[in-house]
Amino acid sequence: MTSPINRRDSLKSLAALGAAGTLGGWSALAGAQAKPLTVGVIYVGARDDYGYNQAHAMAAAEVKKLPGVKVVEEENVPETAAVQKTMAGMISQDGAKLLFPTSFGYFDPHILAVAPKNPDVRFSHCGGLWTEGKHPKNAGSFFGYIDECQFLNGVIAAHMTKSNKIAFVAAKPIPQVLRNINAFTLGARSVKPGITCSVIFTGDWSMAVKEAEATNSLADQGCDVFTMHVDGPKVVVETAAKRGKMVCGYHASQAKLAPNAYLTGAEWNWLTAYKTAIEAAQSGKPHPNFLRGGLKEGYVKMSAYGPMVPDAAKKQADEIKAKMIAGTFDIFKDGIKDNKGAVVVPAGKVLKQTDLELEKMNYLVEGVIGSA
Amino acid sequence: MRHALKEFALPVFAIAAALLLFGVLVAFAGVDPVEVWATLFKGAFGDWFSWQNTLQRAAPLMLTALCVALPARAGLIVIGGEGALVLGGLAAAALAHAVPLPGNMAGTAMVCLAGALAGALWIVLAGWLRQYRGINETISSLLLAYIAIGIFKHLVEGPLRDPASLNKPSTYALDAGMLIGGIGGSDVHWGFVIGVVACLGLGWWLRATASGFSVRVVGGNPRTAQLVGLPATRLILGACGLGGACAGLAGAVEVAAVHTNANASLIAGYGYAGILVSFIARHNPVAIVPVAILFGGFGAAGSLLQRRLGLPDASVLVLQGIAFVLILASEGLRMVDWKALGRGAFPKSAKSPKATAAAAPAAEAVQ
Repeated sequence: MTSPINRRDSLKSLAALGAAGTLGGWSALAGAQAKPLTVGVIYVGARDDYGYNQAHAMAAAEVKKLPGVKVVEEENVPETAAVQKTMAGMISQDGAKLLFPTSFGYFDPHILAVAPKNPDVRFSHCGGLWTEGKHPKNAGSFFGYIDECQFLNGVIAAHMTKSNKIAFVAAKPIPQVLRNINAFTLGARSVKPGITCSVIFTGDWSMAVKEAEATNSLADQGCDVFTMHVDGPKVVVETAAKRGKMVCGYHASQAKLAPNAYLTGAEWNWLTAYKTAIEAAQSGKPHPNFLRGGLKEGYVKMSAYGPMVPDAAKKQADEIKAKMIAGTFDIFKDGIKDNKGAVVVPAGKVLKQTDLELEKMNYLVEGVIGSA
Repeated sequence: MRHALKEFALPVFAIAAALLLFGVLVAFAGVDPVEVWATLFKGAFGDWFSWQNTLQRAAPLMLTALCVALPARAGLIVIGGEGALVLGGLAAAALAHAVPLPGNMAGTAMVCLAGALAGALWIVLAGWLRQYRGINETISSLLLAYIAIGIFKHLVEGPLRDPASLNKPSTYALDAGMLIGGIGGSDVHWGFVIGVVACLGLGWWLRATASGFSVRVVGGNPRTAQLVGLPATRLILGACGLGGACAGLAGAVEVAAVHTNANASLIAGYGYAGILVSFIARHNPVAIVPVAILFGGFGAAGSLLQRRLGLPDASVLVLQGIAFVLILASEGLRMVDWKALGRGAFPKSAKSPKATAAAAPAAEAVQ
């Protein structure tokens, strides 16, 4: 089986030899123009986790269809020296010029170690807080204001709940997670102020057993609409559906896993950020160091409504969504108290999505049962 | 000489068989096995970059494998090296935070020592529970690892947390002068050398010193050891302490060479990978070096395999699994008297494949 390849190879090299004599300079030029941009995508978990990594893999799959782009991927890369090697390997072995290391923990110290050594390679990190003057110019971070979608999840949840108790299964009490819990609760309470949201932290990003236990325990407490912020929402969605409860998804659509329980969901739309970075790399523009966006910019999107969601709920959610897209709706504003009674957003104050104060959130709002 | 040949040939044979089997599997998945083998080799040992990749991945595995090997030579199966590793990393970061250390090699040595001490105490605890309370050390060390991870997370996300680490709770970073760098400008950090020295040193200790020999006697037959008057309990706890110190040191090195602080990324399963490495090296510290490099190679090769051929990450796990099962199964062949087989005792030869077949499912169950 090796012989035909060899023959083909030698034919190729013969042809190349012939061409080199006549069209040497010319073909080299053409080669340079046709050379695709190699993009490396690195995932911390499995590409088909129905969650965080799948959301990125879906964007990568779309990127593969773009002209002049070649994609190399690696999944299950831990946040250790292994990811530094993967990045260096993508650069030296695959010729990648743009990398998307997608896990939060890849940034510090790993991208910060590899980026300065490879000044001609661009690093687009998901989730981090790239800071001017502190971090390398060829690195950058992108993220989406997915709390907007969690707010809309909350609005739908409020219409669907019968017990007025909704639930949130969360990984760790860090700012990004707290912001989602708060947005979900504020969304629900904007419809029915009496709603409470019970939260359980599992302690880490992928803890299938604890996620199932948390879901069951919350269901036992009478919660009937669930959402979550863990890497793979599959377990929570399936467990809640099995208990006859409803769910709002997260990261990617989990509608397939529980078509009769899935109300709607908060999804990433990473293609927007990916395309921005790729276009800059292809045209030689400076690397976009700091990319953020919400529904308006197309960084996040909502899953399609499930068939059980009534029109009144859809209408209210869609109205708020339209306002968010128009830029006339703010989630964190006007006298928000935390669940211990302290005022965290004073009356009259409005925190825009871009406000860095929101990226440091360390409280749970009134109506959340649980502690950060 | 014959013995040494067997010692070497059996694992090599097992790995070759595993590669062959893996080739058959990927062929069923529609991928050219020759290309897979070539990529595996290229990714692990193909050039200087691949070698660096392999050696860097091997570094922590050597130390965590010693945490299994040393207690095993004293007759204990300890599988909780992960706990010793994370506590070692935590102790290193905590010491640097609590006490102002010199920002140079002396400081590095001190954080490494703190890590080793924490790891040693943790595994000694498992040994103590067995010697004095009769608790099975395999189970207790495994469960202690969960407790260690719990303690680690509690402290990293609580009292020891650097408030600036918002979305990835971490301790304060080590002073830049205390960090462990690469060897001669390469990406392979000095943790690799520490691992090799530890393996060779402890191999020599087991082989050539009276105390090392005593540990082996205790592991071989504790009754005999007691009859000849060896302090069995002390030796067992000593072996546990040394093993735990190695795993704790691995944690400290990870902090000082890779992460710069202690955070949840430290919990990467090195402790569990070390179990495999030690068993394949038959708990021989010197053999751990090549086996750890082989495993580092699997990791490096798996990385390239994913990028070049688009195979899922699980494919290398499958290869590792097959290799592990076959190496354990090949232990059954060790007892075969090849000379007797050669003399034409044909019916007897039916025995060895059966033994292998029986060992395989058992090993799979372990997996």
